[in-house]
Amino acid sequence: MGESLRKPTTRAWMQAWFDPRRRDLGTFAFVLNRITALGLTLYLFLHLIMLGNLARGPEAYEQFLTTIEHPVFVFGEYLVVLAGLIHGFNGIRVALTSFGIGVPYQKRIFVAMMVIAAAAGIIFGVRMLTV
Amino acid sequence: MGTPIWKITCQVYRQKDGESAHYDEFVMEADPEEYVLDVVERIWAFHDRSLVFRHACHHSTCGACGMRVDGVEKLTCITPIREVTRDGGTIKIDPMRNFPVVSDLVVDMGLFYRRMEEVGHQPVLPVNEAGVIEKSRRPKDRDGQELLRLADCIECGLCISACPIAVTNPNYLGPAVLAGAQQNGLDRDPHLLEMVDNEDGVWRCHSVYECTAVCPSYVEPAWRIMDLRKQVMKARFKRLFQPERK
Repeated sequence: MGESLRKPTTRAWMQAWFDPRRRDLGTFAFVLNRITALGLTLYLFLHLIMLGNLARGPEAYEQFLTTIEHPVFVFGEYLVVLAGLIHGFNGIRVALTSFGIGVPYQKRIFVAMMVIAAAAGIIFGVRMLTV
Repeated sequence: MGTPIWKITCQVYRQKDGESAHYDEFVMEADPEEYVLDVVERIWAFHDRSLVFRHACHHSTCGACGMRVDGVEKLTCITPIREVTRDGGTIKIDPMRNFPVVSDLVVDMGLFYRRMEEVGHQPVLPVNEAGVIEKSRRPKDRDGQELLRLADCIECGLCISACPIAVTNPNYLGPAVLAGAQQNGLDRDPHLLEMVDNEDGVWRCHSVYECTAVCPSYVEPAWRIMDLRKQVMKARFKRLFQPERK
């Protein structure tokens, strides 16, 4: 085919990928999936860096474990769990509809998946954030 | 009681050859029941004859007047003013995105039309090929020949403009083209398989469903893309059991 449509500007794609205003529910799902995917990828890098502490001996690792017990880190971990729930449940919807299952009901499936993710998020929140 | 007349402000995208883009503002009186295209036409007729825009049929058949109204793709000939603003409100009118701007609100649809042609999309189909009406109920002319009907897709390009994937990947075939391929069918036209079964084809779709949301003809491009995936899988599966040609 060779030719292509208009070349994208950074502003145009940032808007298309992260600004769901006035758009349909599918865009909200798309934006949520992008943001949570970026968050989970960032967490993966941080996780690997932190695991590097294992190589610095038991004291360093114990010190690290004490640091991450701080409420800010616990809340950060909770955000990771939330991102995983949203991304995972939305992923089920994408996987189903990608092969033609439930396409006419994709909005309802999205709402149902987000309700499940929210319910699971509340349960995790109670367990992780309350002493 | 007479019809209420609203005062609205239209911010219209302007860009001529080589110039940088900007918005011109026009304060207009508008009947809330009239359409956005009517107001654009009045801007051209009474305020600025240099405004360039496309329009033809005024009843959502030609697909010429696609624009972005407040950032959302609309066929402006069927979009009432009351649906997009209020009395004293503002509407922003942009050309469709993902297409090169020719001038103001007009974009270059050449590549899109060529791609539609390549996948074998026919704007007009014989009734029996359109596959929407039972054979016994299909209309016939005086000689008993089945009449032609317009296929649903009017090639307005709104779905391409609405697709966020087409923003980041200009090589992506896009919803209307893939829907055209689905309509034509891989069974009927096997060369389509090569065209759609690649990274810029049917697998590039990220299930955003904006194409279906903005389509004025209810073509449901997203559903057709998912169905095309099934066709592709079926064709690949068949190939597994075909003896290799030497």
